[in-house]
Amino acid sequence: MEFLQKPWPWYIAGPLIGLTVPVLLLLGNKSFGISSSLRHVCAACMPSNIPFFKYDWKKEAWNLFFVGGIFIGGVIAGLFFHHSGPIQLNPRLTEELAGYGITQYEGLVPSQIFSWSQLLTPRGLIMMVLGGFLVGFGTRYAGGCTSGHAIMGLSNLQWPSLVATCCFMAGGFLMANLILPLILKL
Amino acid sequence: METLNTSSATSPVVLEHDTDFEVRSENAMCVNYSKLDKPITSLLKYAVAGMVFGIVLVKAEVISWYRIQEMFRLQSFHMYGLIGSAVAVGMLSVWLIKKFNLKSIEGEPIKLEPKKFNKGQIFGGLLFGFGWALTGACPGPLFAQIGYGATVIIVTLLSAIAGTWVYGKLRPKLPH
Repeated sequence: MEFLQKPWPWYIAGPLIGLTVPVLLLLGNKSFGISSSLRHVCAACMPSNIPFFKYDWKKEAWNLFFVGGIFIGGVIAGLFFHHSGPIQLNPRLTEELAGYGITQYEGLVPSQIFSWSQLLTPRGLIMMVLGGFLVGFGTRYAGGCTSGHAIMGLSNLQWPSLVATCCFMAGGFLMANLILPLILKL
Repeated sequence: METLNTSSATSPVVLEHDTDFEVRSENAMCVNYSKLDKPITSLLKYAVAGMVFGIVLVKAEVISWYRIQEMFRLQSFHMYGLIGSAVAVGMLSVWLIKKFNLKSIEGEPIKLEPKKFNKGQIFGGLLFGFGWALTGACPGPLFAQIGYGATVIIVTLLSAIAGTWVYGKLRPKLPH
């Protein structure tokens, strides 16, 4: 049980995440990919006569079951395998964050940014609302996210997925190092 | 397709050739329809797979905003080791599946669609990178964060759905 409580090292978790690829293929010939679920939600709830959302999303419903499972996995991990105490971080990061007044390292997201009370602040709006919008818009524009391109696409040796993965990382580096510091100061 | 004449009275009829299949295959995630007619309960196995995946995401701290910040600042090897080993295991298993021509447990041959290059992978990739560094989450972790108790992330998820919708709306005007 103690192992389940503690955070897992990358060499345990990484291969487990990689195994999702063959598991989904063997269960039912499904290519691993998560961001498509957002498209299916659009197709199901508000297709609005947009050709991109006019398809039989029910035939892709497995994807919605999968993300529903991720949600339940999060609930189970929170209830039974909860790790209390602050996360172990590189001291350079804690020093930088302290400069923006972020001093709590409990939980998985900093409550000083990601909380209902912060939602309508300029910083909260940019990080939660605009950030989420970019995740949804960008992944669909790119045709996949970390799972569909970086893991599934690379596993299948697809060079467009390598291009996409490099762009994910480039965008992240630019944002985290050049733009995010300005936002965190708000 | 009877979908053409909503707002495109002025634009040429390029969309007519944009058949559903083409739209779907350009987003290669969306091409694996099952030919089999299975009851909806047969999909529960994907919920179980997702649940295990979600627990791993939490326990590996992949859904931690802090770990993502470390990754983009090159301050920790954790995420690189994790994604690298996941890809290695994925590659090996795809290779084995192809080599032995394996079928799914439902008896269908396993077919992988190639991904076609378009400029969306560059522009969209960069935009997603921005969002990833802001929210500290890609789409999968959003669901796990909400489950783990960060209820405000529901707003981020709804916003991501809105982003997907706006992309669908603007798609004919965007460079691809």
